[in-house]
Amino acid sequence: MRRSLLFLPGNNPNMLINAGYLGSDAVIFDLEDAVSPAEKDAARILVRNTMKYMELDCEKIVRINSVDTSFWQADLDTILPQCPDLILLPKVGLASDVLTVASYMEEVERKLGLEVGKVGIMPLIETALGVENAFSIASSSPRVKALFLGAEDLTADIQCKRTKEGREIEYARTRLVVAARAAGVDVYDTPFTDVNDDEGIVVDAQLAKSLGFTGKASISPRHVEVINDVFSPTLAEIEYAYDAIEAIETAKKQGKGAISLRGKMIDAPIVARAERTIAMAKALGMERSEDCE
Amino acid sequence: MKIIRQASAGTMESSDVYVEIEPAANGLSVRIESVVEKQFGEKIESTVREVLADNGIDNAEVRVFDRGALECVLRARVETAVLRSGGEA
Repeated sequence: MRRSLLFLPGNNPNMLINAGYLGSDAVIFDLEDAVSPAEKDAARILVRNTMKYMELDCEKIVRINSVDTSFWQADLDTILPQCPDLILLPKVGLASDVLTVASYMEEVERKLGLEVGKVGIMPLIETALGVENAFSIASSSPRVKALFLGAEDLTADIQCKRTKEGREIEYARTRLVVAARAAGVDVYDTPFTDVNDDEGIVVDAQLAKSLGFTGKASISPRHVEVINDVFSPTLAEIEYAYDAIEAIETAKKQGKGAISLRGKMIDAPIVARAERTIAMAKALGMERSEDCE
Repeated sequence: MKIIRQASAGTMESSDVYVEIEPAANGLSVRIESVVEKQFGEKIESTVREVLADNGIDNAEVRVFDRGALECVLRARVETAVLRSGGEA
């Protein structure tokens, strides 16, 4: 379960050593934009050691450098032995970008005797080309576990201003959600970059959830709690999910093909959603309240 | 591996450590300056020597300016300085 994904600059020990205490479901160790070219070597060794020596009670994701740089292979050589959960691959425009990296990952895994295919890839879609190719990217390799929207680079690429309201990325957001779901993978929303706007992050996270995103990234630990709250099921949603499952089971026993709950028909999509809600509630340790029984 | 040029890694920021390394002819010399030298000076030096040994460094002059770095950070910065000094890991 990944609701929140927190970026941490890969060459900043003060941030990295706190990675396990910041409350996010996943941390993204950043070897790309947060690290100057002269410090790429230092950052990848520091991130490797952080993963190797520190106990982190969250998922570990590493953003490597893009395939159009000279850094990405050394990033993978250094990081893969620590078995991160995912590699966040920036500036993916084509399915072939993913296949290039997946092929090299397999080469490294075989050379080092690691389990082949264990580490997934999360393509970062942050160009117009990437948005238009979202489905072929999402379905390019079994390693792809999720898509990730990067709005800052995307708005630069499509030549518009990035705003808090985000109307300029509406198309990209919905396109990525549909592409990811069609490919059967998760999808994560771009960070809300004003770290001091406590109301803005709530609105932005709620919008992302309403569009179908699995979770949302953050560049600030301050946003983690809000994102976790927004992407967790509410008690009312949990109650409804249990009632829906009970209603459909009752209908089956009574030999009815369909049944209504609170005036609405319960059908297969509602049951599927209810099952996802209950699974997530259980994973979060959220029990059905006494009042809900 | 041989140290063939002066190199450094890390920063003087909190929780980090700045490591300088340069060629030497007669064995290893390790000098430590740390905000926690009294408590951890010996441990820092042994960790530095361990990383140097892991990389096959027999001759070098190393200066360590510690700002409260954890061991994993110290190891990373020493290894980076060694790699930058011209030797190959």
